[in-house]
Amino acid sequence: MSDPGQAEEGASAYHHPGPILEAVHLRKMFPLRSWNLSGPKRAVHAVEDASLALYPGRATALVGESGSGKTTVARMLAGLYSPTSGAIRFRGEPAKLSDASYLRIYRRHVQLILQDPFSSLNPVHGVRYHLERPLHIYRLVHNKTQETEHILSLLNRVNLSPAEQFIQKYPHQLSGGQRQRVAIARALAVQPEVLLADEPVSMLDVSIRLDILNLLLRLKEEERLALLFITHDIASARYFAEETLVMYAGQMVEGGPSDEVIQRPLHPYTQLLVSAAPDPDHLSPDGDTGTPLAGGRSLLPARGEIPSLINPPSGCRFHPRCPHAMPVCSQRFPGRTELGSGRWTHCFLYGDGETSSENLHSSVTPAQTYQSSS
Amino acid sequence: MQTQEVPRPTNIAPIALLPSNPLHTRLLNVLLIIWRAMTISRKVAIGSAIVGFFIVVGLFGPFFMPYNPNATSNLFIAPPSGAHWLGTTVVGEDIFSQLIYGTRTSVFWGLATGLLVTVLSVLVGLIGGYFGGWTDDSLTLATNVSLVLPALPLAIVLAAYFPRGPLTIAMVILITNWAWQARVLRSQTLSLRSREFVTAARASGEHTWRIIFFEIFPNEIGLVVAGFVSTTIYVILTWAALEFLGLGDGSIPSWGSMLYWAQQAGALGGGLWWWFIPPGFCIATLGAGLALINFGIDEIADPRLRPERPVKATKSKKEFHADRLSEANHDSGVGGLLRNERA
Amino acid sequence: MVTNLHTNAQTNTLLEVKNLNVDYLASNGTVHAVTDVSFTLQRGEILGLAGESGSGKSTLAYAITRLLRSPAMITGGEILYYPRSSQEERNTSRVTLTRLSRNGKREHKKNGNGHSEDEKQPIDLVQLSPAQLRDIRWDELAIVFQSAMNALNPVMTVRAQIMDVLRTHRPHMGPDSRKQRALELMQLVGIAPDRLRSYPHELSGGMRQRAIIAIALALSPEILILDEPTTALDVVVQREILTEIMRLRETLDFSVIFITHDLSLLLELADNVAIMYAGRIVEKASRRDLYLHPRHPYSFGLLNSFPALHGPRRRMSGIPGSPPDLRAVPTGCSFHPRCPLAFDTCHAVLPLLQPAQGEENGQIVACHLYDSRFKAEPPATADLARAYEALAEGRGVQ
Repeated sequence: MSDPGQAEEGASAYHHPGPILEAVHLRKMFPLRSWNLSGPKRAVHAVEDASLALYPGRATALVGESGSGKTTVARMLAGLYSPTSGAIRFRGEPAKLSDASYLRIYRRHVQLILQDPFSSLNPVHGVRYHLERPLHIYRLVHNKTQETEHILSLLNRVNLSPAEQFIQKYPHQLSGGQRQRVAIARALAVQPEVLLADEPVSMLDVSIRLDILNLLLRLKEEERLALLFITHDIASARYFAEETLVMYAGQMVEGGPSDEVIQRPLHPYTQLLVSAAPDPDHLSPDGDTGTPLAGGRSLLPARGEIPSLINPPSGCRFHPRCPHAMPVCSQRFPGRTELGSGRWTHCFLYGDGETSSENLHSSVTPAQTYQSSS
Repeated sequence: MQTQEVPRPTNIAPIALLPSNPLHTRLLNVLLIIWRAMTISRKVAIGSAIVGFFIVVGLFGPFFMPYNPNATSNLFIAPPSGAHWLGTTVVGEDIFSQLIYGTRTSVFWGLATGLLVTVLSVLVGLIGGYFGGWTDDSLTLATNVSLVLPALPLAIVLAAYFPRGPLTIAMVILITNWAWQARVLRSQTLSLRSREFVTAARASGEHTWRIIFFEIFPNEIGLVVAGFVSTTIYVILTWAALEFLGLGDGSIPSWGSMLYWAQQAGALGGGLWWWFIPPGFCIATLGAGLALINFGIDEIADPRLRPERPVKATKSKKEFHADRLSEANHDSGVGGLLRNERA
Repeated sequence: MVTNLHTNAQTNTLLEVKNLNVDYLASNGTVHAVTDVSFTLQRGEILGLAGESGSGKSTLAYAITRLLRSPAMITGGEILYYPRSSQEERNTSRVTLTRLSRNGKREHKKNGNGHSEDEKQPIDLVQLSPAQLRDIRWDELAIVFQSAMNALNPVMTVRAQIMDVLRTHRPHMGPDSRKQRALELMQLVGIAPDRLRSYPHELSGGMRQRAIIAIALALSPEILILDEPTTALDVVVQREILTEIMRLRETLDFSVIFITHDLSLLLELADNVAIMYAGRIVEKASRRDLYLHPRHPYSFGLLNSFPALHGPRRRMSGIPGSPPDLRAVPTGCSFHPRCPLAFDTCHAVLPLLQPAQGEENGQIVACHLYDSRFKAEPPATADLARAYEALAEGRGVQ
């Protein structure tokens, strides 16, 4: 088993052509305790066959609503949950995250940033403590001076200046944006190659979200980080990431270059998502389109809601809500259909797991379900 | 942009005591904390005064005893007089001196045992709460069994088996009293365990024991201190009860043993009020003082319980934090938002 | 613009807030949560209130419904409510929903026009006693709180909670008519009748929010205040709920005050938008005017904090800094530390809400850039854009 710590020089020395972190057919079920020993075991089917690949210097967005399983995927990649089945590959080698010593080294290379800045920092510890812990755990510094220098430079990297002031602060003295920067600094302390950001800006004020996103983008450029950006906001996915993957109820339904996926969504769920997102720019040049909401664009009402994951619908989990549902959709989950130029989808409307030469990008017409204005 | 701020933490104690601060700052902070805590409300001030008084008497009183508490004399069962402020026992010992010496014994053993019980309950609660699984299951089983067993009868039975003495009583009280606080701390640990900063610590690669004692435990100090105080009340009462029943070492004067001897000599029936009322009064008063402090600790640890006083004279430091997006997650409805306090 | 079908010639004003001030009195000083806020709500209007943390928008909502609790209190201003005179009827052509009057008599809605009457005197909500407030609340004025789904009592069924409201405010209704009404309301908001006896935890977030809206609409109020009603919901459910609210508004004819931090939503929904910052309104404009030419630099910055769903991809930057702590509000214009176009007057003088130079369309802004006393030429929207870009470059963002 190769030691991921061998290439200590960091991402810049990583010349493997493939992805730096890969999830292959991950599946996660959370068993529910049941007192009925004879009946079938109940479980929450949180993730069903998720696959993705992260490359250095590239940002990938994982978009979905609640219950889509996106957070579970991130936590599996961070080693916080162990997958029920499937594999995680780091630098092409299988990652044995169940092995504690491997996990410790792995965490130096793959870091996680959490959603809630108000609870991801321990209220009883100051900024200095939060930033020095990773340095101590991985023995990256040898004395107090080095430690202080390192911490100050981290704070400067995330634009918390003057760093000397911030190093003494406690979380309750910081605003939401500042706390999130501290969380990012903490993740960067060990010089990781992969950053998993689980809804990093959802709980921040609107006017500072872009700042944090831009900070992450800058760090991605400077350090050639591979970023996984988990969000429910498809517009920010488009802004932030080169590639967007869409998940629904634990299944991945579509993926491809962000702009493509959003401008011409193929999967009916993606179309629903894009049409439901607020979009003031669709107002016509004179800024007025008649009665708000009702007349601006034609929406098919979304029938139903996100299904329960304990008894999910069979086959494609979107089929109860899908206007194009066919009998086969409830029988099995469609395979991955490659549609050229990096786009793929899991939908019987476009094929069933073959890369059909007809299904080239130019000739695919998105199913006209939800008309989003373009 | 950094706006000017005065630090106003929700729970000042753990922050001020952590090793990240230099030693002199920590000592100063400890004093500041204690002072602030004592004056936070009238209840606490009174309670602290009472407890402080007994501690002082316990520490320094025995140097000023008029007589040796064990010294017998010829003056039997004498009511209070100029020579013996609280009269004498059936063998002529001075009750006042006994009371003073007894204060030291009772307070010291009470606090020490209370501390032991707290430490054990912290260990059990934290470890069970954090690890879950069968560790938690077995510790919970032990906790529940211990809770179900009647404490005082068990204590009596155990004390009767082992050699008389304060150490026995301390062990017995320890065995019968750790469970309640352990359960409280376990549930608190369970809720803290799912907080994001614990997840973040795990994702950073932090060691498990460090997470338990340096990340989770500092957030529970308020609860632990409150538990310590309430445990100590019960410990002191149980000590007195066990000694009253004759299970202690009768030769060392303490409040409980005074009651024991008074009972043996028929003081209650004989109307020898100066013998049994003073120790009883001391036990009750110390208990009341600790209980008053306990009310106050709830107010210190949880700012939402502090009384909402209008602008004028108020010592409670309340915080105002402007609306936060995440408040929707922490508070629900009107109450949380209107008070605008940190969850 | 929503066509207003009332023919009341005198005025269509429903609610008028004048110079409202709300303070939080704490031992270490007073915090001014809402300062000098004035706006008008017309019948049938949807007014959007946008702002971030510390803007005071939620406090304002509570102040209007008089739900503030100590240490918060209204320290000045008026909230004038213009009740419909008793002979006016609402125009509800599409739904035969009986309006229940206070004394229990049913009044059927008449189709057609309301007739003008001598205007009733407005009621100042600030001056009302608790008893009088009870009459007004929920009957005329209803509020849906942030995270309201958690405001449902977990041990009562949804129907019981609706009936509870009815029992409190309509003591003359019998249990049968209450049940009937509850059923009506659930159908109105789109909850299937078989969910009536569900407990809150059995319903999804969207359903619960609908139930809350049903409770809010139980007495057919005139004004519905929504405080971040969809923040905790997924985007698809959000869209559904909002569509539902708009539909209900058409049917039941109430006005809406919609409070949110999501300005992009308001631009789709609201007739007029007021932007709040640090407790004050800094700009007020119609949806269209705000979208085409936001005047206040904060409005511009806020509008440009939402990545575009369509159109060219470009690097955007939000507004530097963060919303101020209300305990330490900057002097002069509270936005000046973050403003790319701040000049010396901004540090010292508080700007007042007034129309920008030469504006006739009702757009008002509190900014010295548009005050002819301080600046000869007001900036165009493009100038604001350039200033923000320059600021972003200076900070090394781009």
